[in-house]
Amino acid sequence: MADSIPLTGPIDLTSAPKARPLTLEVLHAWVTTVDHKKIGLMYIGYALVFLVIAGLEAIVMRLQLAVPENGLVSPQVFNRMFTMHGTTMVFFVGMPILFGFGNYVIPLMLGARDMAFPRLNAFSFWIAAFGGLLLYFSFLGGDGLYGAGTAPDVGWFAYAPLTAKVFSPGHSTDYWTLGILLSGIGSIGTALNIVTTIICMRCPGMKLSRMPLLVWLYFVTCCMVFVAVSPLTAAQIMLLIDRYLGGHFFDTQAGGSAVLWMHFFWIFGHPEVYILVLPAFGFANEIIPVFARKAIFGYPAMVAASVAIGFISLSVWAHHMFTVGLGPGANTFVALATMIIAVPTGIKIFNWIATLWGGNIRFTVPMLFCAAFLFQFLIAGLTGIMLGAAPFDWQLSGSYFVVAHFHYVLVGAIVFTIFAAFYYWYPKMSGRLMNETLGKWHFWLFLIGFHLTFDFMHIPGILGMPRRVYTYQLDRGWGIWNLIVSIGVIFQVLGVGCFVFNLLRSYFKGTIAGPDPWDAWTLEWSTDSPPPAYNFAAIPSVQSRRPLWDLKHPEDPDSKYEL
Amino acid sequence: MVGILCLIAAESAVFIIFVVAYIFYLGKSISGPSPRDVLDIPIVGTICLLSSSLTVYLAVGALRKSKVGLCSLWLAATVLLGGVFLAGTALEWRQLIYKDGFTIRTNLFGTTFYSLVGLHATHVVVGLVMLALALVFALRGRLTEANAERLDVLSLYWHFVDAVWVVVFTVVYVLGR
Repeated sequence: MADSIPLTGPIDLTSAPKARPLTLEVLHAWVTTVDHKKIGLMYIGYALVFLVIAGLEAIVMRLQLAVPENGLVSPQVFNRMFTMHGTTMVFFVGMPILFGFGNYVIPLMLGARDMAFPRLNAFSFWIAAFGGLLLYFSFLGGDGLYGAGTAPDVGWFAYAPLTAKVFSPGHSTDYWTLGILLSGIGSIGTALNIVTTIICMRCPGMKLSRMPLLVWLYFVTCCMVFVAVSPLTAAQIMLLIDRYLGGHFFDTQAGGSAVLWMHFFWIFGHPEVYILVLPAFGFANEIIPVFARKAIFGYPAMVAASVAIGFISLSVWAHHMFTVGLGPGANTFVALATMIIAVPTGIKIFNWIATLWGGNIRFTVPMLFCAAFLFQFLIAGLTGIMLGAAPFDWQLSGSYFVVAHFHYVLVGAIVFTIFAAFYYWYPKMSGRLMNETLGKWHFWLFLIGFHLTFDFMHIPGILGMPRRVYTYQLDRGWGIWNLIVSIGVIFQVLGVGCFVFNLLRSYFKGTIAGPDPWDAWTLEWSTDSPPPAYNFAAIPSVQSRRPLWDLKHPEDPDSKYEL
Repeated sequence: MVGILCLIAAESAVFIIFVVAYIFYLGKSISGPSPRDVLDIPIVGTICLLSSSLTVYLAVGALRKSKVGLCSLWLAATVLLGGVFLAGTALEWRQLIYKDGFTIRTNLFGTTFYSLVGLHATHVVVGLVMLALALVFALRGRLTEANAERLDVLSLYWHFVDAVWVVVFTVVYVLGR
C-alpha cells in the first residue's frame, strides 16, 4: 500500500446488492426476447401446458369408455373431447415441443450464437401460441348466435361435408380452422428459420457430413414442413371460403368433392406423422451413442435413410383413404409406397441396435426411455405394415386397431423419446440434473401404463369396435378390454405426475450439473449450463463429428477415422 | 437468401394445391357460366407483369453498381407495370361481377377462379407494397449499395409471383378455356 492515493471521497467496497428484478421486468424480458434458448423454453413450456390439457381430455374419454353404456358425458361432449384431444396433441403439443427442442439445441450444436432470423423466431412462436389460445377460446366463444355448442366437434381431420355451415353452425369449426391456420404459419416460419440456420450458420469445420444427426433430421423435417403444412394452410383457406364466402370447394350439392378435402388433409396429415417422428429419431440418435459409449453406427446410412423417409412419406397419404375406393391402381401404389418406408426405417433400427452392440451401456433414465422407444417403435411399425396392406385396412380402418397403432407411434415412439430428451437436456437448460430415482419411477409407471393402455387397445379394434363412439353395448364383449385400457391411464397419469414433480423439484434442488454431465460429444456440452446469452465466448471450430471427443482425447481424435 | 427460397417452396405448395383444385373442378360445375363464356385473355396485364420481372432485375443490377437514380427509375417502372396488371385484374373482376353477375358463389368455376386468381393478386399486392416501399426509400436517398442484397431477396419474391402467374395464366386462360 505504498503508493496509495489519498481518498477524494467516501468509497463503498460492498458491491451493490444485485437487485432482484421485478416480476414485471422478468415477464417483459421473456415476452420481448429473441434469444433462441428462451424461445425454445417458451415453446416447451407452452407445449407442456397443452399436454396436460389434452391429457385431461383423454382421461375424460377413457372414463366414459371404461364400462359399457356409460353416461358420464353426453355424445356431444365426447365429440368435442376427441376433436380437441387430437388437434391439441398434434398441433399444440407435438409441433411446439419439437420446435422447442430444435430451437434450443440446434444453434448450440452448430456452434452458432443464435438462429438465422431471431425476430422471425419470436414471431413464429407467438403466432403459434396465439393459435392455441384461439382454439381453446372456442370453449367460450364458439357458440356464435346459434346455440350450436362450443368447442369444435368435427374430429381432428374434419371431413367434409361435416364442416359445412349447414352441419356445423356457430363458430366452433372456425376456431378450429383459424387456430390451425395460425399454427401452420408459425410452423412454416420456424421451419424456414431452422433450415436457414443449418445452411448458413454452421461454425468453421462443421461440414454437412459432420453435423450431428439430430440436426440432419431437423433439416429433413423442416423441408417436409414446407411441402406438407402449406397444403393444409391452403385447404383451410378453402374451407373458410366455403364457410364465409359461399364457395363450393367441398360442397357436394354444387358438384364439389368431399374426397378432395380428404386428399388435401392427408397430403398434410401423413407427412405430419414423419414431421413429428423424425426429430424423435434425432433425439435417439444423440442419446443412444452417448449412453452406449460408442459413436453412432453407420452415420451416412442414417442420413440417407432420413432423407429417403422424407421423400417416400410424401407419396403415401392415400393409405388413409383405402376405404374410399380409389381403385386398384392407386391402392396398389400407395400400399407399396407405404411398405417401402419400412426399408429406411429398418435401416435406422438396425443402426441403433448396432450402436448398442458391444457398447458399455449406462442405463440412466434417458437411455431407458430410448430402449423402450426402440422396442415400441418396432411394434408400431409392424402394425403400420399390417394397415398398409389395403385388404387388411378395409377390415380395420376406422376401428380402435388404428387408434392403437397411431398411439403406439405417437406415444410409444415420440413421447418416449421426448421424455428421454427432457432428462438428457434438462441439465443443459437449467444447470441441474433431474432426479434419477424419480425418473425411474416415471419410466416404469409410464411404461406399464402405456402397455396396458395401448397393447390392449388393439383387441377391441380387431373385435370390431369403431373409433369415436361415445359408448357401446354390454353384449359386445369389448367391456373387459376397455376397462384394462382405462386402468392403464391411471399408471400413465402417475408417471407423468412423477415427471412434472421431478421437473419442478430438480429446478430448485437438483444436483448441479456442470457443463457436461453425461460426458457427451456434441458442441452444446462445451458451454456452460445453462449457456450464456451469447452461447459461445469464442466461436468453436470442429474437425470431426464428435468435437468434444477430440477435445478430451487429443491422442486419438475421431478425425483420424472419419472419411 | 436461403430464407426466401424456403418461403418460395412453402408458397409454391400452397399454389399447387389451389391449381390442383382448379384443374380438378374444371368442367364439374353443375350450372353455368363456363370459363369460355366469360373469360377474356388478359394480354396487356400479362405482358406488363412479365416485363416487370425484367425491370426489377435491372433495378437490382443498378443498385449493385451504386446507381441509385437508375435503380429508382427501374423500381418505379416495376411498380407501374405491376399496378397496370392489378388494374387489369380489377377491371376484369368488375366486368365479371357487375356485368356478368358471376361471383364466387355462382358455381364451382367461380369458387376456384376467384380463389386462385385472388390468391395470386394478393401476392401481387404484397409485392407491390414492398416494392413501393423500396422506391420511397430510394427517392429519399436511403437506399444504398449495402441494401442490394435485400433488394435482391425482394426481387426473388417478385420473380416468384411472376412465375406463378405463368402457371395461373396457362391453366386458367389457355388450357382451362
